[in-house]
Amino acid sequence: MSTRVKFAIGVAIILGTIGWLGWVGASQSKTYYHTISELQTLNGAKRHQRMRVSGNVRTGSIQHRDGRVDFVLEEQGQQLNVSYVGRDPLPDTFKDGAQALVEGRDTDDGRFVAEQVQAKCASKYAAAQPKQSSLSSPEETPSQTSGQASPQSMQASAGAPRS
Amino acid sequence: MDIFGSFALLLALAVTAYAAVAGTAGILTRKPLLTRSARNAGMAIFPLVTLAVIALEYLFFTNNFSMAYVAEHSNRDLPYFYKFAALWSGQEGSLLFWSWLLSIYSFLALWVNRRKHPELMPYVGVTLACVQSFFLILNNWVASPFNVIAAAAAPGGVMHLVARADGTGLNPLLQYWEMVIHPPLLYLGYTGFSVPFAFGMAALLGRYPGEKWIHITRRWTMIAWGFLGCGVLLGAHWAYSVLGWGGYWGWDPVENAALLPWITGTAFLHSVMMQEKRGMMRVWNIWLIFVTFLLSILGTMLTRSGVVSSVHAFAQSSIGSWFVGFLIISTVFCALAYWRNRDYLRSDNRLDAMVSRESSFLFNNLVLLAACFAVLWGTLFPVLSEWATGEKISVGAPFFNRVNVPIALFLLFLTGVGPLLAWRRTSLDSLRRNFTWPVVGGVIAAVVAFVFGFRDFYSAMCLFLGVFVTLTIASEFYRGARVISDKSHGNIFSAAVQLTRRNTRRYGGYIVHFGMVLIFIGVAGQPFNKDAQKDMPPGSQMAIGPYTLVCQNFDSVEKGNYQADRATIEVLRNGRSEMILYPERRFYPASQVTGTIVAIRSTPLRDLYVVFAGRSPETGQPVIHAYLNPLVKFIWFGGIIVALGTLLGLMPNSQAAPAERAVTAGALLPREAQGA
Repeated sequence: MSTRVKFAIGVAIILGTIGWLGWVGASQSKTYYHTISELQTLNGAKRHQRMRVSGNVRTGSIQHRDGRVDFVLEEQGQQLNVSYVGRDPLPDTFKDGAQALVEGRDTDDGRFVAEQVQAKCASKYAAAQPKQSSLSSPEETPSQTSGQASPQSMQASAGAPRS
Repeated sequence: MDIFGSFALLLALAVTAYAAVAGTAGILTRKPLLTRSARNAGMAIFPLVTLAVIALEYLFFTNNFSMAYVAEHSNRDLPYFYKFAALWSGQEGSLLFWSWLLSIYSFLALWVNRRKHPELMPYVGVTLACVQSFFLILNNWVASPFNVIAAAAAPGGVMHLVARADGTGLNPLLQYWEMVIHPPLLYLGYTGFSVPFAFGMAALLGRYPGEKWIHITRRWTMIAWGFLGCGVLLGAHWAYSVLGWGGYWGWDPVENAALLPWITGTAFLHSVMMQEKRGMMRVWNIWLIFVTFLLSILGTMLTRSGVVSSVHAFAQSSIGSWFVGFLIISTVFCALAYWRNRDYLRSDNRLDAMVSRESSFLFNNLVLLAACFAVLWGTLFPVLSEWATGEKISVGAPFFNRVNVPIALFLLFLTGVGPLLAWRRTSLDSLRRNFTWPVVGGVIAAVVAFVFGFRDFYSAMCLFLGVFVTLTIASEFYRGARVISDKSHGNIFSAAVQLTRRNTRRYGGYIVHFGMVLIFIGVAGQPFNKDAQKDMPPGSQMAIGPYTLVCQNFDSVEKGNYQADRATIEVLRNGRSEMILYPERRFYPASQVTGTIVAIRSTPLRDLYVVFAGRSPETGQPVIHAYLNPLVKFIWFGGIIVALGTLLGLMPNSQAAPAERAVTAGALLPREAQGA
């Protein structure tokens, strides 16, 4: 066998293995982004995928229960009941009216079980004026919740497999 | 001062445009006067951009809150240190900073080579000026740091300038010493690749003979690579000590963005040796440096545009489309330049054998590029999937780990094997001679570790390979040093130092490899991480690993620009008090944000990492989250070794005394005389 052929076989084996590992890894950790209204149209296997949903926390809906926090997310008139079951304390920015991003799975009784919650402080964002002459908008300052609520991909402690 | 700064930026752009146009004209007409004037213009960009930077810093230090950028990134209480660093804490300032660093690199590249390589430098000047002009266009019109705040008294009314009484302050996450040096290092890395890119482009366009451009740019590439690596590692350290989630690497898009050019840069640093020694891989090398440069731009774009959501969360902005435009133009230009001059890049040699230095480099490059591709793919997956299927899907850490851990181990294996293989082909006998002891040592280490509970396949593998590589490196030093000490009758350690100084590139490279081994060992500790979380009123206890945490007290302190909730936690081990830790949770009134200050007790074997996670909503009691992370210190220590090895590799070789040199050259193995 010529060196070139041997080399080509080696390359094929390596790339094949990496490709396979990538495929397995991707199918394990895929997370879908959905809006609340989309969620209600999903059916079958799609309904049970891991996903991220965002919306505003309905005022007065946050209830602390034993081992979980229930609240209602609203977006464009649609609403979603969420139970947060993660271990980390909720971010300080998680309040009535806050913009929240939850990650987890939908259950058959219509309740979304979230393992991670991120929140942006609503007042901060409401203050953003329509941009006139590239004025100050408070876009950058604290956009990622608090220091505690680490960013989505980093939030290893709240259930995401760390491997 | 703002008008002064804006004017300096405008002038800088004009000068840059002149440098590009006059440089091109100089190349076409071959008029030396035009070429020289273009070069001088290229060097004049640096002082002009410097003036703009000084103007912005001046506005920060004088608390000029009528400036939008200053008002958003500073406040009166902010310590001076951070006021200085606020320059690169936001979009506009960062881009100005990028421009400035690029102008420094351009200035140095043009100045150092002002009397050398006359057929190469005009192209270099034009390439750098083109890159610079893109960033100056952004600085001038798309993201100017010198915008003032204006608002209308009534909706729809006339706009008036407004000066705020105080700014919203610097993001507290950034108020940490590493944040002051992490972005500059990262940016020095990103911008630094522009120089070898410009030289590669120049060699291609000017059909510059031989491998000279590689010799010229070796140090430039190493500098950029070293800065980028340090930047990435400092970023990881910052994430570890500030974000309070117990880890250092989360495969966040912005982390990945910095890793990508570092990976291709690593591949480039290795594969250029193939070209220098054997005249192979010319096409590959030119494309590697092109890709490294393009990935640097992509990295800047991912950080700045918010295309992919990330921890660094800069708002969605129009800047992304500018970057995409620039990336497309650059890629097309690279491809055209290659296509027109491809006949100049023919290889001199072919691969001779499967087990040879050449093949180890080829495999090294192959897997590095595969890793780069996988990381890029995973990072852009939400964008790609939305574009292809209409569904936005992201992939998380399991994807990245699954692909990259085996690749990393294979690379570690090559790190040990590659440098000891001969060029062209290696005999079985020399394999046995070189590798018997390292393999035995590695196996012993892995078995011992397994017995003591280090039971994870990848981690044990990593430890085995780590010891194997370390022993091969040690044997290389020993063998070379013995030749010198036999001749000079000196001791072996001073001989090793001499050996290193005579071939800094080779032995500096080994030291870098050793540093990487330490980093890998540190990462291998990760599967053994533990954590525990509990509501801890004063007097309560929590056990983790060999430690027991006892909460003694809580208090609130007010300092400078923040208020802090602080826990006093006593750490017991075997019933004996070992230390007191003070995890904090800070609240910054100016920006209405909270941040954590993690208390870390770090030993080589394990870190005890304690976070004040917040107050429990039900009981109002403080929640303490503790982590036990083994071996993390190896990562930071390895990083320091890598940096030192890189510095060493940058040093010029010292010459041995002539008589001795002949002896040494003869005595060393043939491949050694050629250098690594």
